[in-house]
Order: sequence, then structure tokens, then C-alpha cells
Amino acid sequence: MRLGVLCSGGKDSLYACYRAMQEEEVACLITMKPKNPESYMFHTPNLHLVPLQAEAARLPLVSVHTEGKEEEELVDLAGAISIAAERHGIEGVVTGALMSVYQSSRIQRICRDLDLWCFNPLWYTDPDAYMERLLTSGFRVIVSGVFSAPFDASWLGRELDHRAVKDLNAYVREYRITLTGEGGEYETLVLDAPFFQKRIVIEKSEIHYRNYRGVLDVKQAHLEER
Amino acid sequence: MILLVDPGYRSGSLPRDEFVLPVVRIVERSGMSWIYRHYDDMDDEEVLDIQGIIICGTALKDNHFIAHVDRFAWLNGAMVPVLGICAGMQILCLTFGGSVKEGCEIGMTEVNVTVPHPLLPPPPSFQAYELHSFSCDPPPGWETLAVSCGCVQAIHDPNRPRFGVMFHPEVRNDRVVEVFLEMCGD
Repeated sequence: MRLGVLCSGGKDSLYACYRAMQEEEVACLITMKPKNPESYMFHTPNLHLVPLQAEAARLPLVSVHTEGKEEEELVDLAGAISIAAERHGIEGVVTGALMSVYQSSRIQRICRDLDLWCFNPLWYTDPDAYMERLLTSGFRVIVSGVFSAPFDASWLGRELDHRAVKDLNAYVREYRITLTGEGGEYETLVLDAPFFQKRIVIEKSEIHYRNYRGVLDVKQAHLEER
Repeated sequence: MILLVDPGYRSGSLPRDEFVLPVVRIVERSGMSWIYRHYDDMDDEEVLDIQGIIICGTALKDNHFIAHVDRFAWLNGAMVPVLGICAGMQILCLTFGGSVKEGCEIGMTEVNVTVPHPLLPPPPSFQAYELHSFSCDPPPGWETLAVSCGCVQAIHDPNRPRFGVMFHPEVRNDRVVEVFLEMCGD
């Protein structure tokens, strides 16, 4: 089955892509670029690096701009998926949804309307087991945004390794954040994945941080041999 | 030991991650062991050594199991408690003389309890996650425990501990699965 993966550039969408590749054929990545930074469905830092990830994975990319208004962006998403179906013959869509009924229900409805399959391989997955699989299967992931206490600026650009996950687990206990960032507490950027032919190297970046909210704004990056 | 049956289009395919593994989490949290089987790999002997059976759901577009419902005939000989979730409820209906028809619900939905039962949250209603393109007419003699605006949501065989739920209890209604597991442990 040929599938298109909804990709934000973060760990969940690219891990879902990896899992989909183990069972089916991933034909393309699909990304939405919201103009509204408060987009309900798609906002995440460093979306502009998804084309580099697609190139690293040698996958075609369907990229569509959206205004990022609550219901209009769903129409735009349906349009992007339709383009992917037309250009790349996808029969289904894969998402990295973890627990968001809001996002998942909307994407399920779009897929039903378009007569496409919809897969969410990380749906209600065990957070500890997922993070362990992520760390041990060849992904290189950094924190690209923080949006809650107690994250300080040192987290921006920090690699998600065993020590970072241990620290996150301490935050889970003390501050009741979600380990995976499902609650929007932090966002990630994937620099390398087991299915990448090349890895992403960040050349220039800026950190913007204030009052427990901040992003790593990647200004320049390129691909290197692994 | 709980037998988790995958009605998905292929053993180990992507719907297993989405519809079986979340149920596994609840079973493990309840301290019970489990065994996974795709419905194509079932044989009658396996049904003998287990405490309960959960037939899980599958992807919205996956209705392959309906054409192969005869492969669930082993359910007739199952004496242990059985819970069918979504596709699993459709399989119970088709196996025991009920029927399925088109009827789609997606997302959080109000479910009204028509017959109070320990398996379900208390009346009058609760919110549940729906993801189905077919709905059920229950088998003759089975009790309807809950309904939504769209369809029958929970059914029970009054003569055996067999239950079907159309909603997905593994999403925000874990207690339904936990109560079922308690029945299996008794």
C-alpha cells in the first residue's frame, strides 16, 4: 500500500514514517505550512527544514501553505492530501498522532471523505517504550521548542538522549508534563533517522527564549553523508 | 492469560499498533499476561487455556474481516468472557446471528446508557471515542446496554459473558476494559 506521511519535522511524524516503512511503502511526505503561528493543527518550529528531511530520506514532498485558521486549515489539509494522492498515488495517510482526539478525528474524517486509509501507529503508545525505541533505532532528535515550565533555554538544541529522557522523566513526576511532549510542552526536530540517506547539520541558529517559552530558530542547515 | 485477537487486514500490520497495542497497555497495567493472535492464525486449541478474549478494532477503512467472518466460528466454543471492540463487536454480531449495516461515527460522541451494567460508566451517559464505518443490529436475544444517536453502542449476551462495544474504550474509557479483565480474573 502506498502511503503519504503527514510530516511536521518532529520525532512523532518521522517515527510514524519509519514504522510505516516497515509494513508498507511510503511514497511521499506531506507538510502544511501555516502562516498563523497559533495554528490549531500544524504549528511547530522549523517546518522550513522538512524539505531537507524529505531530501535526506529521498522522498518527494507535498508542501502546501495554509492560513492556519481553525476550520479552513482542514480544507487546506484535504487539498494537500488530494494532491499527494494525485501525484504519488497514495492509498492512505500516516500521522504521528499520539493522543490528540482533536487532530486524529479530523484527519480520519478527511481520509474517509477521500476514500483513503488512515494510520496512526503511535496512537496511545506507551511513552517510555516509545522514547526508548526512538533512542535505540538510529534517530537523532533535538529539542527545537519549549513551551512550559520548567524548561530553561539550555533545552533548546539539546539532543534527546538517555540523559535528556531521564531529565524529562523527572519533569513528568515533578511538573506533570508529558514525557513525549504530547501536551505541547516541547517540540522536536529530527536531524537523522534510520531511513535517511544523509543527515542534517545545523550551521547557524538563534535561540529566542523568555519565561519558559522559546524556540531554536535554524537559520542555515545542510545535508552531510552519514 | 488474555487472548488479544487482531481483526486487521494482515498480521502485524499498522492497525495492530493503533488498535491492539493500546489494549495491551491496559491489560499489562491490570497485571495480566496476554497473547496476540491475528484472526488468520487462530486455532481452536488456543481458546482452551485462556481466561478471556478481546477482539480488538481495526482501521476505519479495513473491512476485510467481514468477508472472512467464518474464521471466527471458534467463538461458538469459547466458554471464557469475550469483549468485542468496534470491529470486534461487529464480528460478535455476525457470528451469533446479528447483522451489520453502514453507519459511520468518528470522534468523541455522547453514549446513553439504556441498561446500567458494571462494564459501563454509570447512567445517564458518557463521552466515548468512535471510529467505525459500520454499525450493528445485535444478535437475537442479546441485550442492548447503550446507544448513541447513530447506533447501538454496547451489547451483552444474557446467557454468556460476551460483550460488544462499538466505541473504543482504550481511548479515555480504560475502565471498561479493566472491569472486563476483572470478570476474567474471577
